[in-house]
Amino acid sequence: MKPARFDYHRASTTLEAVALIDDLGEEAKFIAGGQSLVPMMNFRLARPSALIDIMHIGDLDSIQRDGDALVVGALTRHRTLETSTDPTLMGGFALLPTAARWIGHTPIRTRGTIGGSLMHADASAEWCMMARLFNAQLRLEGPRGRRTVAADDWFQGMFSTAADFNELLVEIRFTTPRQCGALAEFSRRHGDFATAAVAVAFDVVDDRLCNVGIVIGGVEGVPVRAGEAETLLEGASVGAVDVDGAARSAAAGVAPMESEPREAAYRRHLVDTLTRRAIHDALATGVQ
Amino acid sequence: MVTLPTSGESQQWVGQPLQRREDARFLRGTGRYTDDVPHAFALHAAFVRSPIAFGVIRSIDVRPALEIPGVIAVLTSADLGHATLTGFLDRDEFIKTAMPILANERVRFVGEPLAIVIATSRYIAEDAIEAVSYEIDEFDPIVAMDDAQRTPQPIHDEAPDGVLVDLRMFNDDELEEVLATSHVVVDETFRSGRLQAAPMEGRGCLAEWIDRDDQLVVTVSTQLPHQVRTGIAQALGLAERQVRVIVPDVGGGFGFKAVLGREEVAVAAAARILRRPVRWAEDRLESLTASFQGREQEYTVRAGFTEDGVLTGLAADIRCNIGAYSAFPFTCGLEPIMAATEFLGVYKVPRYASRSRGIASNKPPSNAYRGVSRPQIVMVMEGLMDRAADRLGIDRVEIRRRNTIRAEDFPYSGPNGITYEPGSYLEALELCAAQVEAAGWRQRCEEAAPGFIRGIGIANFSERNAYGTATMGLRRMPMTPGFEVAHLAMDASGDVTLTSGTCSAGQGHETTFAQIVADRLGIAPDRIQLRQGDTDLTSFGWGTFAGRSLVIGGGAAAVAARRLAVQLREVAAQLLSVDADDVELVNGHARVRGTGASISIDEIAKTVHFRSHLLTDREEYLLESHGSADPSGMFSNGCHAALVEIDAGTCAVQVLDYLVVEDCGVIVNPLVVDGQVRGGIAQGIGATLYEEASYSPDGQPLAGSFMSYLVPTAAEMPPISIHHLETPCYQTETGVKGMGEAGTIGAPAVILSALNDALRSRDAWLEHVPVTPADIQRLLALPTKMESS
Amino acid sequence: MSESREITLTVNGERHLIVVEPRRTLADVLRIDLGLTGTHVGCEHGICGACTVLMDDEPVRACLIFGVQADGSSVRTVEGLAVKGELTDLQQAFSRHHALQCGFCTPGFLMLAEGYLATTPAPDPVAVREMASANLCRCTGYQGIVDAIVEVAEHRFRQRPI
Repeated sequence: MKPARFDYHRASTTLEAVALIDDLGEEAKFIAGGQSLVPMMNFRLARPSALIDIMHIGDLDSIQRDGDALVVGALTRHRTLETSTDPTLMGGFALLPTAARWIGHTPIRTRGTIGGSLMHADASAEWCMMARLFNAQLRLEGPRGRRTVAADDWFQGMFSTAADFNELLVEIRFTTPRQCGALAEFSRRHGDFATAAVAVAFDVVDDRLCNVGIVIGGVEGVPVRAGEAETLLEGASVGAVDVDGAARSAAAGVAPMESEPREAAYRRHLVDTLTRRAIHDALATGVQ
Repeated sequence: MVTLPTSGESQQWVGQPLQRREDARFLRGTGRYTDDVPHAFALHAAFVRSPIAFGVIRSIDVRPALEIPGVIAVLTSADLGHATLTGFLDRDEFIKTAMPILANERVRFVGEPLAIVIATSRYIAEDAIEAVSYEIDEFDPIVAMDDAQRTPQPIHDEAPDGVLVDLRMFNDDELEEVLATSHVVVDETFRSGRLQAAPMEGRGCLAEWIDRDDQLVVTVSTQLPHQVRTGIAQALGLAERQVRVIVPDVGGGFGFKAVLGREEVAVAAAARILRRPVRWAEDRLESLTASFQGREQEYTVRAGFTEDGVLTGLAADIRCNIGAYSAFPFTCGLEPIMAATEFLGVYKVPRYASRSRGIASNKPPSNAYRGVSRPQIVMVMEGLMDRAADRLGIDRVEIRRRNTIRAEDFPYSGPNGITYEPGSYLEALELCAAQVEAAGWRQRCEEAAPGFIRGIGIANFSERNAYGTATMGLRRMPMTPGFEVAHLAMDASGDVTLTSGTCSAGQGHETTFAQIVADRLGIAPDRIQLRQGDTDLTSFGWGTFAGRSLVIGGGAAAVAARRLAVQLREVAAQLLSVDADDVELVNGHARVRGTGASISIDEIAKTVHFRSHLLTDREEYLLESHGSADPSGMFSNGCHAALVEIDAGTCAVQVLDYLVVEDCGVIVNPLVVDGQVRGGIAQGIGATLYEEASYSPDGQPLAGSFMSYLVPTAAEMPPISIHHLETPCYQTETGVKGMGEAGTIGAPAVILSALNDALRSRDAWLEHVPVTPADIQRLLALPTKMESS
Repeated sequence: MSESREITLTVNGERHLIVVEPRRTLADVLRIDLGLTGTHVGCEHGICGACTVLMDDEPVRACLIFGVQADGSSVRTVEGLAVKGELTDLQQAFSRHHALQCGFCTPGFLMLAEGYLATTPAPDPVAVREMASANLCRCTGYQGIVDAIVEVAEHRFRQRPI
C-alpha cells in the first residue's frame, strides 16, 4: 500500500498555488491535511502526478465574523473549529464546533482541514452538510480570478464539486446563522463516516420556527436538503412541531444509494430516526 | 520487572499478578517485530495478485516490470519449479489438493499471488506490480456454499462436487427414532459470517541464504516456528537443518499465524534463487483479502427435548466454507473436525450424530481463528437451549441446569468419544446467574428509555485446549502435534535460561513460564529468561495455538525445573554435608530444614561451574535439565452473561454490561488471564456485531480496509467483570488449563441470547452472526406476538 | 519534482537532514531512514493508529503524511518518551494495568494519549474512552488502556504546578 510516484511542490501563496496547478495540469492536485487524499493514494485509487502542498499558505487559517456571516479560511483545521466555542465569534453557528467533534478522531482532526473536506466532497462529511445547512458561499481562486459558488451548487455528484481542477478553495462563508441547531449521526462503529446523518437548524421568532434547514448526509451521493420537511416545520409553533411528519417526509424524500432493498429500507428508517432526534435536539438548544 | 517483595518466608510466584517482563521493550518502542529487524541490504517483495476470483491463466508477461529501475526480478510459478504446499489428512473422507506457491494454470480467489516481484524498495515493487500484464479466462465463481451445486466448473478437479472433506464421525442408528418420539424437536439453521483475525501486525518475513551455515535463515511472524521450517524445507527441497526459522516479537496471532502461507515460501525461494536477502511485510489490503480467513459456517440442527427440557438427542449437518485451498499444516479439515467433535459442549446429550463438510469456494483459504468452530457450536447449543426454553415455558437458566454435566458425572464420557475431566460447569452457571441477579440487570432491563429495548443473555460453555498427540493423532495429520520439550540451564551467575518450542504471539510467556520455574527453583522469576522462537536455539516444538503454550510448554518447563531443583539440592547437600532430602530451595537459597544452614543458589551455580573439583559423584557436569509434557487435552469452562440494548431508532446494538465466570484451573498470572478474557471478548463482540469479510456475488472482496472490516474500538466495549473458579487440571504438573480462546468463544452466543431475549415479544429469532442494524430493523418491523394474536 | 528532496526533521530533539522521495510517508521516513522502528505500520490508511506520533506536539497518523510535508517540523516518537532510560508514568501505568499484550499497537496508543493529555488535563473516563477509540488494539479489549490513561491523567492533574 505505497503510493505511486508524484512530484511535490510547496506553495506559499494562493497565487503561487493556482499558477502551479494551472501549469501542471489536471493530473496535479492540491494537498492540505491529506486525511482523505493520502489513504486513497496509498491504495493507489488516487494517483496525482503532482501534489501542491497548500498548508504553508499563511492567510487561510482563520475564523472571523463579517456581520451575520462566519468566514472560515479553507485551511482551518477541524480541531481548530472543534475548539472554537467562543459565543461572540460563533453566535448562530454553535453547531459547527459540535459537528467537528463527529469528524473521525483527534489525530485526523489535527491534520484535516475544512477546505480539504469540502473539496473531497464525501456526502456524509460534516462540513459538506454544514455548508448546505448554513448556506455557505465557497470562494474559489483560479487563474482567471476569483468566483463564489453557493453550497447548493457546489456538490455535483459523488466526490465531485463545482471547482475546476485549477481552482483553489480559499474561504467558506457561512451566511445564515440560526439560533437552534443539531446534528444527529449514526455509524456502526464509533468515529467512522456516518451511515446516515441529519442536520437541522432554525430560528425561533415569536415562538415559531423559521429559516428551517434540514440536510441529510451519507444517504445519497451528495448531501441533500429535505425540502418538504423544511416546509412542514417552517412557521410551526415551538410547542406543536410535527416531528413525526417531518421525519416521515425526510425519510420518504431520500433515494438511498444502496440497491439492496433491505439496506435501502434501513437507510430510510435511519433518516426518519435521525431527523426526529436532530429536531428534538435542536429544539432543546433553543430552550437553553 | 518483578515488583513484588521477595522478602518473607517463601514466595509463591504462581498466582501473582506480576507485571510482564515483556512490557518494557514494547513500551519503549524497542520490541522487535519482523519488519523492525534491520537489514541494510534486504530487497523488498510484493505480489502480483489476481483481480479475478476464478479462471484459467492464459499468460503472464513480466517483461515490462523488469524494465523499471530498481526491479531485480519477477518470478512466477515456473521459476519456483511449481512448488506447492499440501495440507492434508490421511483419511478416506479427505480429498488431497495442493496449494501452489504461486498460481499455476488456475486462479482460485481474488488476491491469489500470480508472481512475486523483488525490488530495491516496496514502493518500486508496487510500481512493478502494475507493469505486469496477464490474461485470465474467467469462470463463474463459487462464492456461497450452495453455488457449488450450480457451477459446472469445479475449483479442484479432484473434488467435482466441491466437497474437500466429508466427515461422518458420529453416527447413531437410533437417533431418528429418539427424535421422532421426543416431546419437542427444535429444528433450526444457524450461520456465521466469514472473518479475518486481523492481528495488528500482518504476516511478514525476511529470508537470507547464509553460505557459511549452508542455511536459509527465515525471520517470520508465525505461531509455528518448527512447522514453518518443515514446510519451507519440503517446498524448497532442503533438509530441515538447512532452514533456520527465527520468530521475533509477534504482533498478535490468534490462529491467523498458525499456518505457513505461500508468501513466506515464495520469499524464501526468491532469497535462495537470487542469493540475496529479501523481505516482505504484508500490508492491510493483502491481510484482509489475500491471506487466511475463517468461520463461515452453517449448522442445520435438530435437537430433541423431553417435556422437562432434557435433551434426548441431537443431529447436526455442518458445512464450512473453507475457501480455495487446504492450509498447511492444519488443513481444511480443521473447522469441520472441531465442530463435529466438540459440538456437545457442557451438556449431556444421550444420542448424537453429525455430518461435517468442508466446501471449497473462490475465497481465500480458511485457517484457524481463535476458538476454531467453538464460537459457532456454543452459539448453536445455547441457541437451541433458548429456543427449547421458550417452547417449553422453562426458565433459560433452568433448562441449562437440567442438561449440564455435573460434578458427580466426572469423569464423563459423551457420545463424541471424549472423556471429560472435572470442571465446574454447573457451578459456573449458578455463579453467573447469581451475579446477574446481584448486578440488578433485570431492573436495568425495565429501566430502558422509551425506544430502547434491553435483554439479558447467558451462555455456558467449555473450551478444550492443549491437544496432545493422543488426541491430535485421531485427526490423522501427517504431522501430529502435541508434545513439548523444555530445556533449562543455570549459568555460573545463577541465572536460568529456559528454551521452549512454544512461541509467544504476545501473550506473555516470558513472564508466566518464569513464574512456574521460579517456584520450583526457589529463585525470583526475573532470574529466568525464556528463549523461544528460533529453530536453532530450541530443539523442537509445536508453537502456540489452542491454549497449549502454558499447559504443555509450561508443563514441560515445570518438569525440567523439578529435575534441576533435584540437582541443586544434591549439590547443596554435598556442600553442606547433609542429606539432599533435607534441602529445600527457598528465596534464592538451598536451606537445610530445621537447622537454618543454607547456601545461596548463586554460590551453588558458581561452584558447579568454577570449582567443580569440590564435587564428587555427579553424573553430569553443569546444571542442565529437560522436561517434556504431552497431555491428551482438557476442558476449561466458563459462563458468560451480557446485558444488551437495542436502539429501535438506529437499530444499533450496544453491549451495556458483561459478566464472566472463568475456570481455567490453576491461574499462573491473573493479569494475563483477565487480559486474555477481555481481549477475546472484544474479538467475539466484533464477530457478533461488526466484522465480516464479505464478498460480492462475483467473488470480489467487499471488506478490503479497516473502514469496511470493522474491528471494534474502545467505544464499542462494555465493562467486563470477571469471576474465577479454579478446578485444577490433573493432567499437568501445574494444574493449569488453557484459556486463550474463551472470550472469543462465549461472546457470540451470549450476545445472540441477549438479543433474542430483547426481541422475545417478536415471533422471530436471530440465528446468525454478524447481526447488522438492517437485521435488527427487519425484526423490529415484525408484529409483536401481542399484535399478531 | 519526483526526484528526492532534502528535508529537515527534528525527531525526539535531534535534527536530521534526510533525502527522501516525495511519496515516502512519514512513517517510512521514521522507520526506514531513521531506524526508529518503534512507530509501527498497521493499516496505511489512517484507521488503526499504530503509527500515531506527535508532530509539532499534536497526535497525527504518520502513514497519512508524506515526509516532504513534514519538512521543518518537530516529531516525537515512542523512542522519545522515556527519560534517561526511565519509563514515564504513562508507560509504567500501561504495564501495571496490563494495557498491552502483543505490544504492536502500544506506541501509537502512548503517543495518542500523550498528545491528548497535554491539552486535556482532567478528562473523565468517558472522554478518555472516546479519545482512545481513535486507535485499534486487537489484544486487550481496551480496558487496561483506558484505565492507565485515566489514572495518569488524575495523577498528573493532582501533581500539576499551581
